Amino acid sequence: MISPGLNEYVFLSALLFAIGFFGVLLRKNTLVIFMCLELMLVAATLALVAFSKFNGTMDGNVFVFFILTVAAAEVAVGLAIIVALFRKRQTIQVDELNALKN
Amino acid sequence: MSHFLFNFFALFTVICALGVVVNKNAVNAAMCLLLCLAGIAGLFVQLDAYLLAFLLILVYAGAIVALFLFIVMLLDMQGGVKKPFKRMTVAAAGVAALLLAAGLGTLTNRGQLQAPAADAVPVIGSNLKLYAYQLFTTYLLPVQIMGFLLLIAMLGVIVLSKKFDGMEDVK
Repeated sequence: MISPGLNEYVFLSALLFAIGFFGVLLRKNTLVIFMCLELMLVAATLALVAFSKFNGTMDGNVFVFFILTVAAAEVAVGLAIIVALFRKRQTIQVDELNALKN
Repeated sequence: MSHFLFNFFALFTVICALGVVVNKNAVNAAMCLLLCLAGIAGLFVQLDAYLLAFLLILVYAGAIVALFLFIVMLLDMQGGVKKPFKRMTVAAAGVAALLLAAGLGTLTNRGQLQAPAADAVPVIGSNLKLYAYQLFTTYLLPVQIMGFLLLIAMLGVIVLSKKFDGMEDVK
């Protein structure tokens, strides 16, 4: 039995990205939307690591390093914004956050 | 054996990712995200990126998901009135799902990427020395920028979560 190749990993990465994307589209809770965003980010890192492995280079792996750092900073700031939003509006449902509409 | 492990981790990850999306309870969604990240870390190990698997568990599962759980429990936003989806949203999601399915189908049928078998490429992802060499030569400037980014993010979080006097929000 042969070991899985690049195509399998890229397919899995695309599938995970699609799942995260639909989470962002369909969920109403801002926190869950944020989690799905993280899922999309991790799916992208999986593709990068797979390409790096099958091309025999280091660059994809190092790039994942940076993505992890950016994700950590992004989560910290994003959650702070969500908490500030909740303190001001008493809700985090995207349907009710329509102050900029019209 | 490696094919079995790949299938197992892939299935596990996809099921947990679906769990993140469909779970009504935000705490359960965060737990599913944790399991999903563990599955991805397993796939990273399969791709010989041991350091990245370790970092993924440490940074994502250890810090980010813990932060998510903390905020979920702090805000305590369970329940609430469930509104049905608008018809436009359902239609858009359906079209997007069809397009994505078509894209993935085409990818599997036609878009076979030319890559050597996994056993044929030399294993370099497990070499820690190479990471350090790359980070301190080619990617030295990005490392510095990342440091500044983390500093700025920290300052931003402090400013965002602090209540200032005399800066009462406009209604």
